[in-house]
Amino acid sequence: MNFSSFLLMRQEMILLTIILLLLVAEISLPKAKKQSIVHLAIFLFGINTIVGFFAIETSSWFGGMFHTNGLIHFFKNVLNVGVFILLLQSADWLQEKIVDNNKGTEFFILLFSSLLGMYFMISAGDFLMFYLGLELSTLPVAALAAFEVTKRISSEAGIKFILSAALASGVSLFGISMLYATSGSIYFDDIITMIASTNLTLLGFILFFAGLAFKISLVPFHFWTADVYEGAPISVASYLSVISKGAAVFILMILLFTVFKNLMHVWENIIYVVALATMFIGNLFALRQQNMKRFLAFSSIAQAGFILLGLMTGNQLGTATIIYFVMIYVFSNLAAFGVVQAISLKTGKENMNDYEGLYRTNPNLSLVMMLALFSLAGIPPVAGFFGKFFLFTAAASKGYYLLVFLAVVNVTISLYYYLLVVRAMFLRTSDQAIPYFKNKLYMKLGLLVTVIGILVLGLYSPLYDYIFELSKHLN
Amino acid sequence: MNISYTVLIPLIPLAVFLLLGLNSQKIKPAISGYIGVLGLSVSAALSFYTAYQYFLVDGKVDDVYQTFVNKSVWMNFTETLHIDIGILIDPISVMMLVVVSTVSLMVHIYSRGYMKGDEGYTRFFAYLSLFTFSMYGLVLATNLFQIYIFWELVGVSSFLLIGYYYTKPSAVSAAKKAFIVTRFADLGFLIGILIMGYYAGSYDFETLNNPEGSVILNGASTSFMGLSVITWALLLIFMGGAGKSAMFPLHIWLPDAMEGPTPVSALIHAATMVVAGVFLVARLFPMFYFVENGFALNIVAYVGAFSALFAAIIAITQTDIKRVLAFSTMSQLGYMMLALGVSGYDGHEGVGYMASMFHLFTHAMFKALLFLGAGSVIHAVHSNYLKDMGGLYKYMPITNITFLIAALAIAGVPPFAGFWSKDEILVAAFEHNKFIYYIGVFVAGLTAFYMFRIYFGIFWGKEKTYEHKPHESPLSMTIPLMVLALLSVVAGFIPFSEFITPDKVGFEAHLNYPLAAIATGVGLFGIFFAWIFYKNENSLSDTYAKAFGPFYKWASDKFYFDEIYLFITKKIIFNLISAPIAKFDKKYVDGTMEGIGNKTILISNKIKGIQSGKFQDYAFSFVMGAVIIALVFIYLWTN
Repeated sequence: MNFSSFLLMRQEMILLTIILLLLVAEISLPKAKKQSIVHLAIFLFGINTIVGFFAIETSSWFGGMFHTNGLIHFFKNVLNVGVFILLLQSADWLQEKIVDNNKGTEFFILLFSSLLGMYFMISAGDFLMFYLGLELSTLPVAALAAFEVTKRISSEAGIKFILSAALASGVSLFGISMLYATSGSIYFDDIITMIASTNLTLLGFILFFAGLAFKISLVPFHFWTADVYEGAPISVASYLSVISKGAAVFILMILLFTVFKNLMHVWENIIYVVALATMFIGNLFALRQQNMKRFLAFSSIAQAGFILLGLMTGNQLGTATIIYFVMIYVFSNLAAFGVVQAISLKTGKENMNDYEGLYRTNPNLSLVMMLALFSLAGIPPVAGFFGKFFLFTAAASKGYYLLVFLAVVNVTISLYYYLLVVRAMFLRTSDQAIPYFKNKLYMKLGLLVTVIGILVLGLYSPLYDYIFELSKHLN
Repeated sequence: MNISYTVLIPLIPLAVFLLLGLNSQKIKPAISGYIGVLGLSVSAALSFYTAYQYFLVDGKVDDVYQTFVNKSVWMNFTETLHIDIGILIDPISVMMLVVVSTVSLMVHIYSRGYMKGDEGYTRFFAYLSLFTFSMYGLVLATNLFQIYIFWELVGVSSFLLIGYYYTKPSAVSAAKKAFIVTRFADLGFLIGILIMGYYAGSYDFETLNNPEGSVILNGASTSFMGLSVITWALLLIFMGGAGKSAMFPLHIWLPDAMEGPTPVSALIHAATMVVAGVFLVARLFPMFYFVENGFALNIVAYVGAFSALFAAIIAITQTDIKRVLAFSTMSQLGYMMLALGVSGYDGHEGVGYMASMFHLFTHAMFKALLFLGAGSVIHAVHSNYLKDMGGLYKYMPITNITFLIAALAIAGVPPFAGFWSKDEILVAAFEHNKFIYYIGVFVAGLTAFYMFRIYFGIFWGKEKTYEHKPHESPLSMTIPLMVLALLSVVAGFIPFSEFITPDKVGFEAHLNYPLAAIATGVGLFGIFFAWIFYKNENSLSDTYAKAFGPFYKWASDKFYFDEIYLFITKKIIFNLISAPIAKFDKKYVDGTMEGIGNKTILISNKIKGIQSGKFQDYAFSFVMGAVIIALVFIYLWTN
C-alpha cells in the first residue's frame, strides 16, 4: 500500500475533511459569526468540486471493495456539480431561516455525509460497501427532510422518509443475502461469473432492485416521493429529486450492466414494465398538482421512467445516453427547483396559480423557469430534447418500438402540464402577481450556472462525444 | 456559388430577438419597431439577392439547378449516425426564403401601425423575430433532425404569438390548443425520424433523396405490416406535416388560432408556418415518389383533396371573417398537398410538384393580403363578425381595392396570381387522377363563392350603424396592402416551371386552355352566386338556407365535427390513447384544466386513493409491488 493508492480515494477523503473542518468551525465560532459558516462551506465544497476534475486512474483498493475508473469519477463529478449548485441556491435560505436557530452547520454536515455515502456506493466493488454507501447516503436525508422542525409537515416528511427508507434498505439487504446464498460471494467480480438464473437468484435480484427503485422513485416504489418533497425544505426536495436520484441511477446502471449482465433477459422485461408504469403514473399524477413541489415530484417520477428506456439497451449507446440525460436532468431540475426556492423564500408562495403574471414582474426568473420546463418537456433546441431523443433512439435501436411510441405519447402528456406553468407565467395576469424582487448573489449564481449548463449541454456537442468515450468503461 | 453569407439571413432575426427579448422593459416601443423592421429588411435583401444569384446567375450547371450545402457535423451520435447543422440552398429553399422574407417584412411594417399603443409592443416584435428566425432555419435545414428542431421552435413562437393577447382567456387556450395539437402530430414526425435514422442510417436530405441512392433503392426491403418501414417513416413524417399544415383531421387548432393578433394570422397561419407541412413533403419528394411506387404520396393526395373540400364547405358557413380565412387557408393547403400527391418526377411529369410550389408562393401573397385587409377592416369596425360590417367601400377605398384583388386572385380569375398556379394544379390532377381533378374544380367554385360572400358582405351590402365612423387605416398599414396587391397581380407571371421542378431541370409550361376555361368559368360562377346572394343583402340567401334546410344547418355546424370529436374523444379513444386526444376536447377550448381535464383528473382522482398519505399503505404497496414482480417474472422465467 503506497501513497498513490490513497489518491484513488482522495475525493472521499477531501469530503470527510471538509465535514470535520465544519465540525470544528461549529464548535469554535462564536454565535455572532455563525453566518460565515455558509460562506465557508460553499468555499470548501467549491474546492472539492474543482479538485474532482483532475483525472484519476483506473484501479481498485481494499481487495476490490473499493474501485474507481474514469466513468465512476465522472459520476462523482456530476454529483459534485449538482450539490454545488444546490448549495448556492440554498445559501440564502440557510442564512435567513436556519443559521439563526444555530442549525446551519448541521445542514452541511448531514448533506455532505449523504454525498459521501453516494461516493462509496458508486465506487463499491462488493455488496457490503454498496450497502454501507446506500445507508450512509439515505439516513442523513431523513434528518434533513425534517429540518424545519417547527413545521408539522416537515417532521411528517422526515418520519415518512425514514420509515420508507428503512423498509427499502431492509428489503434490499434481504435480496443481497439471497444473492450471497446462491453465489457464495459478495464481491461483484465473483458474482458476475457465478450468477445463474435460478429462482433464488432472481428473487434476490428483484428484492435488491426494489431497494434501488425506491431511491429512484420508480412505480410502485414511489409513494413516499410526493409527501416527502412537499413537506421537506425545498433544498432537500431538490437534493432528493436530483442528486439522490442521479446517484441511484448511476449505480443501478453499473450493476445491471456488469454484475447482472447475464440476467439481462429477465431484467429487461422488468424494466420494460416498470418504465411504462412509472411514466404513466408520474404523468397522470403530475397533471392535477397545484403545489409546485408536488408537481415537480411527480414530474421527476415521470422523468425517471424515461431514463429506464436507456437501461434496456445494455450497451455503450445506452450508457452514454443515460449519463447525458441525467446530466441534463440535473441542470434542468435544479433550475426549476431553484426558481421555486427563490420565490418561496421571498414570498412563501408555492402554488402554481401564485405564478400567474410572473413574467411581467420578474421576467428573468420566468425565463429561467421556462428554459428549465422546456428542457424537462423536451422541446428543441433546449438540451432536454436531445436527451430524450437519444434515449428513444437507443431504445429503438434495440427494437422496442412500442415502448418508444408510448414514451413519446408520455412526452406529449407531460408537455401539457409543463405548459400550464409556462402559461401561468407568460400568458396570464393576476392582481396578486408576485411583486418584483431581487435575488442575492448566491441565488443568482446558482440559477446562472444551471442556465449555462442547460445551454451548453444542448449546444456543445463534444461533451456528448466525451461521455460516449467514457461509457466504454462499462461495456 | 458562394453561399456562406446566407447564414446571416437567419442570424439577423435571432440577434434582433435576443436584443428585444432581453431588454423588453428598457427599449422604447417606437425604437423596437424600427429595430425589427430594419433587421428584417437586411435579411430580406439578402434573401432576394440569393434568389437572384441562384435562379438567374449562378445556380445552374448544364441546365440543372445545383444544390449547395454548407454544413458541419454537430453531434456524432453513434459511429455511423451523426447530426449536422448547416444551410442547404436549392430551388425550393430559395423560393421559401423569398416567401418568408416578403411576407414577414410586410407584416413587420404593418404591425407598426396595427399594434400601435399596445403595451406589449416590444415583446410582440421580439416574438415576430423569433418566429422569422425559426422559419428561416426550417427552410434552410440540411437534414431531418435540423428541420425538426426549427419545426418545434416555430411551434413555440406560434404559441407565444397566438397567446399574445393574454388578457383574453380564449386566446390563451387557443395558443395551448395549437401547440399541443401540432405537438401531438409531431409525435408521428419524431418517430418517423427515429425510424429513418435507424433504417436509412442518415438524416441528410441529400442522402435520403438521391434517386439512385441506397435508401430509395433498398428502402422497400424491410417491411412491417405490409408496408416497407421507409414508407411507414414517411407516413409518420407526413403526420407531422399534416399537423402543421392543418390537414384533416389535425386541422382543429387552426380556426382557434385566429385569436392571435391579425398580422400574426397573416404571417404564421396563412403564409409561412402552415405551409411548412407542404414544404416538408416537397423536401422529401423523391422519397415520397420513389419508395414503394409512391404509396405514401397517394395518401398525401387524398388527404389533401379531402381537406380542401371539407374546409371549403365549412368556410361558406362561418360568420367570423378571420375564421372564413382560416378555413380557406386549410382548403388551399389541401390544394397544395393534392398537387404534390398527383405529381410525377421527370420533366413535364413534375408539373404537380411545380404547381404546388407555385401555389404556395402565390397563395402566400394573396392570403397574407386577405388577412392584412381583414385586419384593416377589424381595426376600423372593432369587430370580427360579418354582421357588424357592410358598405365599407366608401370609407376604406384602399382596403377595398386590395381586398378585391386578393379575392379575385384566390378565386382564380385571370390574370391574377391564383389563376396561374391553380390552373397548373388542375392540369396535374387532370393528367394523373380524374377523381381528384373533379374535387379540385368543385373546390375552386366553392372558394370563389365564400370569398366573394365575405367581400360583398364587408364592403358592399347594407351599411351598418357604426359607433365610430370607420376610416381608412394609416399608411404603415396600407403600404403593405398595396405591395402585396401588386405581387398578387404579377406573381402569376413568374415562369415557375423553369425554376422549380422535382428533377431540377426547367421545362416550359403551357396554359391548357380548355381546363383553364373550365376552372375560370366555375370560379366566375361562384362569384356570380355570391353576388346574387350577398350583393344587395336581400332575403334570397335566407331562402336558400331554408331550402337546403338540414344540410345548411349541418354544414354550418361544421358537420357537427366538433361534436363528433367530443363524442369519440370522451367515450372511445380516451380510454385507449388517453390524454393527447382528449386535449382536442371542446371543453379544453375554455382554457381551463377541463378538457383533457375532467377525464384525466377523473382517472387521477380514482387512483388518488393510492396516494393516501398513510405510510402503512405505502409500505403495503412497496412490498406487494416487489412480490408481484417477483411472482410474475419468476413464474414467467421458469415457464
